[in-house]
Amino acid sequence: MTFDYAHLLPIVPEIAVLVLASILLLVDLWLKDEDKGTNHLIAVFGLLVVIGLTGVVGGGEREIVLSGSYIRDPMSDVLKIAVLVVSLLSFVYSRDYLRDRGLWVGEFYVLTLCAVLGMMVMISANSFLTLYLGLELLALSLYALVAFERDNPSGAEAAMKYFVLGALGSGLLLYGLSMLYGASGSLELGAVARAVAWQGADNQVLVFGLVFVVIGIGFKFGAVPFHMWVPDTYQGAPNPVVLFLGSAPKIAAFALAFRLLVDGLGQLHADWQGMLVILSVISLAVGNIVAIAQTNIKRMLAYSTISHVGFIFLGLLAGTTEGFAAAMFYAIVYALMAAGGFGLLVMMSRQGHEVERLEDLKGLNERDSWQAAMMALVMFSMAGVPPTVGFMAKLLVLDAVISIGLWWLALIAVFFSVIGAFYYLRVVKIIYFDKPEVIEPLVVGSGARVALSVTGLAILLLGLFPAALLTYCQAAFA
Amino acid sequence: MENIYLTIVLAPLLGSIVAGFFGGRIGRAGAHWVTILGVGLSCLLSLYVLKGFVDGSLPVFDGAVYTWMVSGGIQFEIGFLVDQLTALMMAVVTFVSLMVHIYTIGYMADDEHNWPKGSLAGKNSYQRFFSYISLFTFSMLMLVMSNNFLQLFFGWEAVGLVSYLLIGFWSVRETAIFANLKAFLVNRVGDFGFILGIAAVAMYFHSLDYREVFALAPQLANVQIQVWGDTSWSLMTTIGVLLFIGAMGKSAQVPLHVWLPDSMEGPTPISALIHAATMVTAGIFMVARMSPLYELSETALSFIMVIGATTAFFMGLIGLVQNDIKRVVAYSTLSQLGYMITALGASAYAAGIFHLMTHAFFKALLFLAAGSVIIAMHHDQDIRNMGGLRKYLPITWITFLLGSLALIGFPGFSGFFSKDAIIEAVHLSQVGGSGYASILLTLGVFVTALYSFRLYFLVFHGQERMDEHTRHHLHETPAVVWVPLVLLAIPSVFIGWLSVEAVLFGDWFKGVILVAPHHDVLAQMGAGYHGQAGFVLHGMLALPFWLAMGGLALAWYIYMVNPAIAAYLMVRFGTLYRILDGKYGFDQMNMALFAGGSRGLGKLFWKTGDQQLIDGTLINGSAQGVGWIAERLRTIQTGYLYHYAIAMILGLVVLLTVFVTF
Amino acid sequence: MIELSDYLMLGGVLFAISVAGIFINRKNLIVLLMCIELMLLAVNTNFIAFSHFLGDMSGQIFVFFILTVAAAEAAIGLAILVVLFRNRRTIDVEDLDALKG
Repeated sequence: MTFDYAHLLPIVPEIAVLVLASILLLVDLWLKDEDKGTNHLIAVFGLLVVIGLTGVVGGGEREIVLSGSYIRDPMSDVLKIAVLVVSLLSFVYSRDYLRDRGLWVGEFYVLTLCAVLGMMVMISANSFLTLYLGLELLALSLYALVAFERDNPSGAEAAMKYFVLGALGSGLLLYGLSMLYGASGSLELGAVARAVAWQGADNQVLVFGLVFVVIGIGFKFGAVPFHMWVPDTYQGAPNPVVLFLGSAPKIAAFALAFRLLVDGLGQLHADWQGMLVILSVISLAVGNIVAIAQTNIKRMLAYSTISHVGFIFLGLLAGTTEGFAAAMFYAIVYALMAAGGFGLLVMMSRQGHEVERLEDLKGLNERDSWQAAMMALVMFSMAGVPPTVGFMAKLLVLDAVISIGLWWLALIAVFFSVIGAFYYLRVVKIIYFDKPEVIEPLVVGSGARVALSVTGLAILLLGLFPAALLTYCQAAFA
Repeated sequence: MENIYLTIVLAPLLGSIVAGFFGGRIGRAGAHWVTILGVGLSCLLSLYVLKGFVDGSLPVFDGAVYTWMVSGGIQFEIGFLVDQLTALMMAVVTFVSLMVHIYTIGYMADDEHNWPKGSLAGKNSYQRFFSYISLFTFSMLMLVMSNNFLQLFFGWEAVGLVSYLLIGFWSVRETAIFANLKAFLVNRVGDFGFILGIAAVAMYFHSLDYREVFALAPQLANVQIQVWGDTSWSLMTTIGVLLFIGAMGKSAQVPLHVWLPDSMEGPTPISALIHAATMVTAGIFMVARMSPLYELSETALSFIMVIGATTAFFMGLIGLVQNDIKRVVAYSTLSQLGYMITALGASAYAAGIFHLMTHAFFKALLFLAAGSVIIAMHHDQDIRNMGGLRKYLPITWITFLLGSLALIGFPGFSGFFSKDAIIEAVHLSQVGGSGYASILLTLGVFVTALYSFRLYFLVFHGQERMDEHTRHHLHETPAVVWVPLVLLAIPSVFIGWLSVEAVLFGDWFKGVILVAPHHDVLAQMGAGYHGQAGFVLHGMLALPFWLAMGGLALAWYIYMVNPAIAAYLMVRFGTLYRILDGKYGFDQMNMALFAGGSRGLGKLFWKTGDQQLIDGTLINGSAQGVGWIAERLRTIQTGYLYHYAIAMILGLVVLLTVFVTF
Repeated sequence: MIELSDYLMLGGVLFAISVAGIFINRKNLIVLLMCIELMLLAVNTNFIAFSHFLGDMSGQIFVFFILTVAAAEAAIGLAILVVLFRNRRTIDVEDLDALKG
């Protein structure tokens, strides 16, 4: 068997990210402390180049390369670009924070880029092996990032919890994969799908493996009851890490779920639909209700994540192309909103003062009305208020669920969203109607300001013109 | 063409965004240039489109530009329907808007005096004003160019929003805040009917697209809907009346008219643009656009006619006793809107739209001229302090006179053609209530002439009643103010003569406005039409002309020849005067019955219902309940790793037992 | 002859022991790390057994990757443990309860 270099073409973006990470690792060695800004510049421009490359390489029919273990299709193009854009945004948001705290070292960028690489591999995986490697590359980088602030005890605790539970989660996932391998005789998703179709859906070994796989997916997303790491990790990790951890990986998790459940085990739809129904309902309930009791905004947003995961599952479990498109749209939109929300927390944090309590947002409007408006926009969008994109995303998902006849599930989702609206709107109230404790105006770098404005405008414009993104999501499953 | 239409709509929006968000950076001149260029471009293109329809070189455009979403089989789209009716409205809206933009440069030049020193709201108020009026132009264009109900509703609410913002523009004045609250509340009532109407359309037609709805309408003409028990209403009547309730709010028809006079708290340019020429005519436009629906319900037409005629006559009467120059013009606007609405009720849609157009020009002219007087009088609006302004403000005087002549329907002026056509059409109409309407409209002509010339004589002639200081500073307003007056005076005089034949009796609206043959009063009139000159001669022999002349003469006698008689009449007809001065008690009734009643009712509900039942048990109860559950649930998150792991394993076990049968 | 089911049973038992170890152990974090290793070994047993009985090599290749990842995972786990110990002066699972609610 000869090696065809043309097979490397679809993975040029991944190679580029790897090269970028390696360059940063090397360059950082020769950088003096005051020149660490070069890292930031290299990372940002590198990511821009990778986005361009992904666009150039992408498009067209699906291609399967590297002996069936790697796939490039319209879905992977869109998801990768979304991941890269969100990561880029989080770099821009974090710049000043890292500089002010002496965290501005090459390792941050190297680890983050490794995580990005892991996500890209997950998105493009076509076999259990690649999927697992991408997943671990992402997870291991994230464990290290959470503990990045070495002198912070809660960061270390959060990292430890995340690590142990993450290892348990991927252990369960692997165990499930081994069962599926045994039942189907192959690691490649296409072959697995054929084997499953041939054996029929009532093979108990398959269902047994499927349960473990669904749990692995549920853990990555942070669905109840596999969500316990989410609030603790969000609270303990430094703000820029939460910003990264809370946004782009949700897109990758969507890819993980889609590749495994639909590409590989589409025949078992009836089974995993039931599991996702359970997970999504309790995620919606627990996420929205417990968020109300939170006073720490990072924890609140963590529970909010959990409730949004319930919505993404709703789209997935519909099992129709509209459902997948809606879930994908939701995942991307959620990553964008999370980037905006956490990005603002990063921007507001000052030397020696980590913004994480709800009170820290008091009277933000008087300190910086533009940021306040953007935050309000993010909150409205998360609550699902039209005309923001959050409304559109929820609507699409509910539409998909109703169209398969599960209208009661839609009702439950709406019911908990209404409860959830309370804590989002409370943030808006705090921003606009409470007296600030600190009155000094916010000092925000121009890059972060631009990034926040871009996020805010995207939330608004995508709400008015959802087709700009939705057509790509729908084309991915056409 | 799609690109041209998009440009027409988006140019003002762009101007508004730039002036609104970057007003502080681009400064005053930047703000007015960018908005004027936007609206100017829009106006030029609209005139080009109108010309295209006049010489027949443009086809009707009906297409979706963008699909927002599809839900439940109904498409929600942004789309344009550009036909003769739309083209006319676009030209009128953008032209008047452009004039108002230019005029505003002069009117708002020293707006900082209207704000307390250092007030935050007063910062960049000039730029904000331009941003608002450009935004208004955008919204109004969205409304008239829409090809579906959803976008119509969007435009409808958007113009309402801008109107609300502009009435309360001087937000430091309590009266302004009260007025915009009132406008807001009254329009809510109307809009509630409007959206119910749209919902009824969506429910029975399964579409919001005009073309599809109109095509389906004849099949649903006889549908009855069950409302309550055995009561059933005709679907078309229900939809027609509900939509018209929206129009009553927006176009200020009795009893939802109360907000319009108070809206004069806003700066004069917007009184001209929004509360006279364009926004308030949205209701008329909407009914004309919906002619295929209204033609199917005679009941709805009757309702429209009675409401319109009532407004036309009784609101005109109030104009007789007002002393604020803007309020007189405002009541005259109410009355003229009544005329248009009555025309719609008589199925003379073309006449209604025609009057809308002529009225837009001469009423905008009158308002802007009034504004010019107000500028000259240093923002004193009381006509009792004016008089003899003719020699100080020659251009304002002559344009105001031309506007007034157009308003009272002096033969040959634009208002003559349109108003005469309406009166004639209502006279010929067979719809129920047309007799009542016909009498009121005819008498209304006399009232119109009387209050118009009362105002004119009191302001421009007679004794100079202002104080010495003001008189000393009286001079003609700057060119940015009087040039728009002159430009508006031209169509106020000539547009009727030029277009009466095409619009009323030609086939301008053929295929656009649908009139059932047995309702077609304009066709009957057209049979006897022989050119403009004939129309003028015929008009001069008819009763309305003599009534107008009578009103003019009476005004001249009372206010010029024998001023004492005014005071005598006021005493002699004291009761009548008090009724008119109290505006028939609508405001008091609203305050007492609706505001007071609803406040009382609200208090009752609040005390027993809200505080005890809803707040106590439902809201606070459920909030407490949710809060309580939340507090319990969060304790599950103990912080201990092994508990977290147990939770995951429990999840595993549950899923295994549910889904795997060993 | 040892059947496939025997290997699977062994894998299952190892897996159960490791999972139990994760939530029963309340003292030492290092034991947790060991349990995680054990869990991966259980999975490896499964893969190798399946690979052998299916006559398919890819399962064994997977195992090599799992071993590599496990090494990396252990490294990161221990690193976090060191950071935790420096900050807290304890590696007791029970003391990790600052973040909760």
